[in-house]
Amino acid sequence: MAVRDWPYKLEWGKEETIETDILVLGGGIAGCMAAIAAAQSGQKVVLVEKGATKRSGAGGSGCDHWESAATNPCSKITPEELTGAMLDDNDGFNNGISHYIECREGYDRLLDIEKMGGKIRDTGDEFKGAAFRDEKTRLLFAYDYVNRYTLRVWGTTFKPAMYNELKHLGVRIIDRVMVTSLLNRPGNAGNRIIGATGIHSRTGRFYIFKAKASIMCMSRPSRIWLFSASLPGLCEFRPPQCVGDGHAMGWRAGAEFTMMEKSVGAEFSAAGRSYPPYGAGNNHNTWYGSTLIDSTGREIPYSDRDGNIIEDISGRFKPSSGQKFFLKGGSVDNPKYQYRGPETLPFYEMIAKGYKLPFYADLSGLPESERRVIWGMMVGEEGKTKIPVYKNYTEAGFDPEKHVLQCYGTGWTSAQFLPDERQLFGLPGGFLNDWDLSTNLEGLFVAGDSLYASNCYGHAAATGHYAGRHAAEYSSGCQKTEPYKRQVNEEKERVYSPVNNKPTSGIGWKELNMGISKIMRNYCGEVKHDELLQIGLDQLADYGNRIMSETYAHNPHELIRLLEVFDILTVSEIILHSCLRRKASSKPLCFIKYNSNEASGAGKLITIRQDDNVIRTRELDVDFFGDLNENYEKHNKKYVGEKSSHK
Amino acid sequence: MKTMKSTIKNMSEKRAATSEGWFNIPEMPAANPVIIDSEKCTGCNRCVNICQVDLLVPGKVKGAPPVVMFPGECWYCGCCVVECPVEGAIKLRHPLINRAYWIAKEKLK
Repeated sequence: MAVRDWPYKLEWGKEETIETDILVLGGGIAGCMAAIAAAQSGQKVVLVEKGATKRSGAGGSGCDHWESAATNPCSKITPEELTGAMLDDNDGFNNGISHYIECREGYDRLLDIEKMGGKIRDTGDEFKGAAFRDEKTRLLFAYDYVNRYTLRVWGTTFKPAMYNELKHLGVRIIDRVMVTSLLNRPGNAGNRIIGATGIHSRTGRFYIFKAKASIMCMSRPSRIWLFSASLPGLCEFRPPQCVGDGHAMGWRAGAEFTMMEKSVGAEFSAAGRSYPPYGAGNNHNTWYGSTLIDSTGREIPYSDRDGNIIEDISGRFKPSSGQKFFLKGGSVDNPKYQYRGPETLPFYEMIAKGYKLPFYADLSGLPESERRVIWGMMVGEEGKTKIPVYKNYTEAGFDPEKHVLQCYGTGWTSAQFLPDERQLFGLPGGFLNDWDLSTNLEGLFVAGDSLYASNCYGHAAATGHYAGRHAAEYSSGCQKTEPYKRQVNEEKERVYSPVNNKPTSGIGWKELNMGISKIMRNYCGEVKHDELLQIGLDQLADYGNRIMSETYAHNPHELIRLLEVFDILTVSEIILHSCLRRKASSKPLCFIKYNSNEASGAGKLITIRQDDNVIRTRELDVDFFGDLNENYEKHNKKYVGEKSSHK
Repeated sequence: MKTMKSTIKNMSEKRAATSEGWFNIPEMPAANPVIIDSEKCTGCNRCVNICQVDLLVPGKVKGAPPVVMFPGECWYCGCCVVECPVEGAIKLRHPLINRAYWIAKEKLK
């Protein structure tokens, strides 16, 4: 095996076995909250994280919005109304169970995080008297100031608070270990999950985890279509090591997925295509409510859903006349009329009316509190903004009272992409779940971005906690099982094989990722043809059969990166198989099939899993989960009971 | 002169950690995301341990600045800067292609 000058002690092949009741796979928001809930239920918990739990995951560096907190004391809408709108806006192609959990329990989780030391309200009275502040609770709201269901929060404080809570509860945190596979009983895909394997990213040590229940809390897949070998860390919106390992190992273990045919035209943060998120001119998410101006300094007005110009700045934060509430947020792209909120004129109208490119975000004319809450609080608390945007821009002289920040692309966007450059974004596919957030594999629960149609921070926290509770309930009634030796040994052989190849002629992780993403752009682009999808599968199979055995890694770090790309290859195959199985175009799935209309497949999820290398699919009604409130209460008697007794 | 010395020291450390021999001259990365001021850095390695992507490795000698071994993989989250106990010891620098433009509003006509 490779021996090089490496700063850490090499432990290639050395085994360590760790036993626990509950194994949490991934230490992002969902994983931390799952581990906290499971530990509070009295279970012994081990959390395994590829990076460093204190700041790991998509939300590790911060978060400025907490969406869908429908049960906060100022909210004017119910969890049922909000989940109903989220489902309807996507013609049903959304995760009713997980979003109902988000809407119903998200605020409970915020209160938990506050108890852990996170800041969720304006305790320093920095925004006293602002239109978006509730003076009694000191909560700050975003978007719809009438209905008040999305909160502005100080999310840079959240992850360290969760990390301390994990330690306080005695959760064993294992950082720098990539989980590489799930272990089934008795060693065959499709059966109960009894643990996992992992490999240390600094030493190369091999880990075997035995658990009664496991919770999948890893990321959504990425770097499928987008890859830059020179700046791989900037390929996508989420962190570069969040590539969807969970989806790949779940697939190998026989887990059932849905909506994996969905991808959207890339919009976010890819090397060479974009600017730092929230660091270029726009009026969306963090910057919602900002004024846009054109290159002559002329203001571009906001209008309501009927096209009426909104004269007053306060009107940007109110529903239209006759509308109860509007939807805005990370996964709301182009909402239906019923849910459409105030927005600046569409791009073609701006050009027709003589506005000149480029446009700029202009905070200078906003009320002082609105300017300060965007620049200084939200740009500052949102992930990747405190240092890269707020500190760096301020030090370089940016003054929001004087300067305007340029928009790129046609209007507000901060990047321009080609049609075949796609991403798993805007409610992408993932693990299929039931009302216990259990997968089809006994003993495997799922939360956060692993779930199908997942979205933001509050969703991750709420589903994480929920999965932690349900996994604990399952775990307390069952026994641990010994891993099957053959399965462990096969995995060990798989993960170490690249280290034994020849370094000089070897193919590295970047070359392989570039190859895969080119195949996906060529054969699984904006418009899907069955013939092309099949060629894509054949080429990936060739990579799997021939090229993977030529790959090489110099050290444990490179090996982890390479194993990630193996997982990207597996996820690409899931996507191609799923695209082949959906026969007709589907608007809510952003899915265009050559020569087809939307006649068939509307209202039906297609699920997919593999069983002894045979692909199995079935159709499922999009609303398979039944009545939200009734089923939630049925599956959460203890939680609902405890909550009502606290009131 | 001092800076030159520390640069050479950093370079040779990096070469020792990444290359097989004298002739393997390190390739200039597409961007240098993390700039460490070796005069201010105390070598505590907090940045090494907070980075979720694991870009940095500890310096060869105790107390020496860390080495940015995998600069291309940086996600530009800035958590290393937040974690650093010494003001100004570590800086996050966007690649040229990622530097957005702003202008004084009064200059637009």
